[in-house]
Amino acid sequence: MLKQLAEWVFQVEFLFVILRITAPILFAALAAVVAEKAAMSNIGLEGTMMLSALFGFLFAYWTQSWLLGVLGAVIVGTLLALMMGFFYLEFKTDIILAGIAVNMLGEGGAIFLLFMFTGLRGNTAILVTPNILIPTIDIPLIKDIPFLGKILSGHCILTYIAFLLVWLIWLLLYRTPLGLNIRAVGESPQAASSVGVSVKRIKYIAIAMSGALAGLGGAFMSMYYSQGWNQGMVAGRGFIALAAQAMGRGEPVGAMLTSLLFGTAHGLSSKVAGLPNVSSFLVSMIPYAVTIMGLFIYAWNRTRKLKKRGIRRLTGV
Amino acid sequence: MSDTPVVQMLGISKIYPNGIPANQDVNFSVNKGEIHALVGENGAGKSTLMKILFGFEKPTSGTILIDGEEVTFASPMAAIAKGIGMVHQHFMLVPSLTVAENVVLGMAPKKSGMFIDFKEAVRLTEEYAERFHFDVEPNARVADISVGMKQKVEILKALVRGAKVLILDEPTAVLTTQETVELFRQLHELKNQGFTIIFISHKLNEIKELTDRVTIMRRGKAAGTYDTDAVSEQEISRLMVGRDVVLEIEKTPAEPEEVVLRVENLHFVNEWNKRMLNGISFDVRKGEIVGIAGVEGNGQRELVDILFGLISPEKGSVQVNGVNIADKSQRELRNMGVSYVPEDRMTFGIAGTASINENIVSDRIASPAFNKGPLLNMRAIRETSQHLIEDYAILCKSGRQHVNMLSGGNIQKVVVAREFSADPLLIIADQPTRGIDVGATELIRNKLIDLSREGAAVLLVSADLNEVMELSDSLIVLYGGNIVGYFDDGQWDDVMMGEYMLGLKKQSDEEVKRACHA
Repeated sequence: MLKQLAEWVFQVEFLFVILRITAPILFAALAAVVAEKAAMSNIGLEGTMMLSALFGFLFAYWTQSWLLGVLGAVIVGTLLALMMGFFYLEFKTDIILAGIAVNMLGEGGAIFLLFMFTGLRGNTAILVTPNILIPTIDIPLIKDIPFLGKILSGHCILTYIAFLLVWLIWLLLYRTPLGLNIRAVGESPQAASSVGVSVKRIKYIAIAMSGALAGLGGAFMSMYYSQGWNQGMVAGRGFIALAAQAMGRGEPVGAMLTSLLFGTAHGLSSKVAGLPNVSSFLVSMIPYAVTIMGLFIYAWNRTRKLKKRGIRRLTGV
Repeated sequence: MSDTPVVQMLGISKIYPNGIPANQDVNFSVNKGEIHALVGENGAGKSTLMKILFGFEKPTSGTILIDGEEVTFASPMAAIAKGIGMVHQHFMLVPSLTVAENVVLGMAPKKSGMFIDFKEAVRLTEEYAERFHFDVEPNARVADISVGMKQKVEILKALVRGAKVLILDEPTAVLTTQETVELFRQLHELKNQGFTIIFISHKLNEIKELTDRVTIMRRGKAAGTYDTDAVSEQEISRLMVGRDVVLEIEKTPAEPEEVVLRVENLHFVNEWNKRMLNGISFDVRKGEIVGIAGVEGNGQRELVDILFGLISPEKGSVQVNGVNIADKSQRELRNMGVSYVPEDRMTFGIAGTASINENIVSDRIASPAFNKGPLLNMRAIRETSQHLIEDYAILCKSGRQHVNMLSGGNIQKVVVAREFSADPLLIIADQPTRGIDVGATELIRNKLIDLSREGAAVLLVSADLNEVMELSDSLIVLYGGNIVGYFDDGQWDDVMMGEYMLGLKKQSDEEVKRACHA
C-alpha cells in the first residue's frame, strides 16, 4: 500500500492535481498570514470563503462573465473581513468571536441566500455554463517541457495567481512601507502609533486584504474546483489554512510549503478512496488527520526548542 | 537659553472617565533652549500632563501654546508636526526591525514609487547620528542592541521627525552610571544646539546636576517652578511628597547566619544560543541582603527566572535550605518559604482586574484560615487584606478596588505586601522599586531591611545602582554572565561599580569565590 502511495505521488497527473488542490488552501493560508502579521487571527476564513464562493458564482451567473464573478467574490470577501474588522476595531469585540460569527453566517447564510436568489437548495450545478467557469491556460514553452510541462501548464488562471501571490505578499510585507507598518503594528502597536502610524487603519487594510485573498479562494472553489457552488464545498479549508499559517511560521513561503503538504494529503485521500475495501468515510479523514498531525509535530518541535532553552513552565504570558 | 516660552500649558485639567482627576488646573511653561525637570511621585499627574502635550490624551480643559500659538493635538502626529518629540520610559521600538527601520517607521523613504528605500533609511539614520554624535549601528536589529543604544535610537527617532522639544520620561531608570553620563553629555549638546528638553525623573541628584529649572507636581497640581540652583534636594523632595523623605537609608550591620540560598555553577544558554550565565556560584545567608548589580542583560533576568523555577539551567544547581529546587513548582517553592517580587509586576505580580483583597491572598488562598468548608472565608480575607493595606499604606478606596486602578507605586505595594507577609525565608526582589514614587520606594526599602534583620535571606536584583549600593550587605556584580566582583566590606561607590559593571575591571577567582560561604 505504501509502495502504491509512493507511485501515485510521483505521477505526472497526481502532481498536477496537487497544485490544483493546493491553490484554494494557499489563498486562505496567505489570507491568514497577512492578518496574523497584523496580530489578528482571522478564523472567519471558512465562512468568508463559503459566502464569497456563492456570490462569485452568482455574479458570474448573472453577468455570464467569470471575471466579474471573481471580482464579486473578492469584493464580498473584503466586505466580510471589513465587517469583522469593524466589530473588532470599533466595538472591541474579540476577533475570534467576530470570526466565529462570520463562519456561522457562512454556514447558514449561504444556503438561505442561495435559496432567496435562485430558489435552489444546496447546490448550483444546474446553473453552470462554460462562461462561468474560470478558464485554464497553457503556458507557451513551458508546456512543451517533458514531465514538468504537464505538471505546470494547463492550470486555472487562479492557480497561477495563488503561487504568484506568495511572492507578491512577501514583497508587500518586506519591501514596502505598508508591509513595514503591518509588521510594526502586529509586533508592537504602541511603537507604531507613537510615530503616527494609525494602528486601526493598518489593521483595517490587513484584514481587508485577508478577506480579498479568501475571496479568491472562494471563487476558485465554486467557479473552477467544484464547478458550481455546493453546501459542503469549502470543507474546512479555511481552518486548514490557519494550520498552514502557523506551521509555516507565519511567512508566505512557509505557508506555501505547508499548503502543499495539505494539498498532497487531500490528493492522496481521493486516490485511496478509489481502492477496493477501503471505507470512504475513513479516507475522507486523511487531510484533516494530516492537519492535526502537522500541528502536533509543529507544537512538539516548538516545545522541544523551548525545553532546550530551559523554559520548563510557561507561566503568565 | 532664553526667557521665551516655547511650550506653555495653561490651566490644564484632565478628569478620566472613571472620575479620577489626574491634572487639576496645571500651569506649566518651558523656555526655549532649557533643560526643564518635571518631578513628582507616581500618580502625581506628570505622565498625564506629558501625554496631553504629546497628543496621547486630550485635556478636559485648558490650553496649550507652542511658540505662543494656540494648538490642539488630536494625536501624537499633530504634536510631532509642531516639533514635540517624546522618548517613552518603555521604549516604543519594534524589536524585530533594524535601527534604521525603526527610525523611519511611519515615514519610510520610497523608491520606484512603492518600495522602501532601505539605503536612504540607513543614510538618514547615519546623517542624524553623526550630527548629534550618536554612536548607533543602523543595520543592527533592535532586539540585539543594549538599553542605552535603544534610548539613543528613540532620541534619534524624535530628532529625525523634526522635534525641537524633547520629552524624556525617566530616561536614566535603565541606564548605568556611565551610560547616564553619556546621556547627559548628549542632552547638553542638544541644548547647545538650541533644543529644549523636558526631563521627567525621580532622581533628585540627576535633576540637580542636569537641569536649569524644575517644576514639581503633587497630587495632580503644579506645586511650583524653581531655578534648579535655588532649591536643595531636600526642598524638592518635601515639595513632592509634602513631607521630608529620608534619602539616606539607615540600617544596622547584618549578622548573617546559615546559608539559605546556595547557587552552584549555574550555566544558561538562551534561545539565540547566547551564553547568558557562565558558571555562577554564590550563597545568600539568613539575615543578610545580597545585592546583584550589573547592566541589564548580563544574566540577571535568567538568574532570577532560574531561582524562581521559571526556566531550568543548562548546568548547575540551586538549593534552598539544602533542598535542590530543580523541578519544584512555584507553589512548592512558596511552601518552602521563597517569596518573589517580580520585575514585571503587571504580568507576574498581580491580576489587574482582580481586587486588592484577592491579589493579597492569592498565594495563600488554599490555607484553612481562608476557607470555610467549600466556600472562601471572606471575612478572614478582608481582615488580612485590610491589615496589610494599612501596614503598607496602600492608597485605595477599599480592598475591593481593582488593582489596575491604582498607581504604579501602590500596585507594587500590593505585590510587596503579599510577598513580604508570607513569612519568607528567602526573598527574591527583582527591581522592587523601579518606576515608583519616592514614598513607596522608601517604604519597600525599609521593609526589606527589616525583614532581613528579622532573619530572612534577601537577594536584591536592581538596575538602580544607588539602591543596591545602599541596601546590600554584600554585593555581587554580574558582567557577561560571570560574577566579576564580590564586595562585602560596604566600601563601594558608583564609579568603582560602574567599572566592574562595564567589564573594565574584574576580580580574581579567589576574590569572587568569597561569595560562597561553605
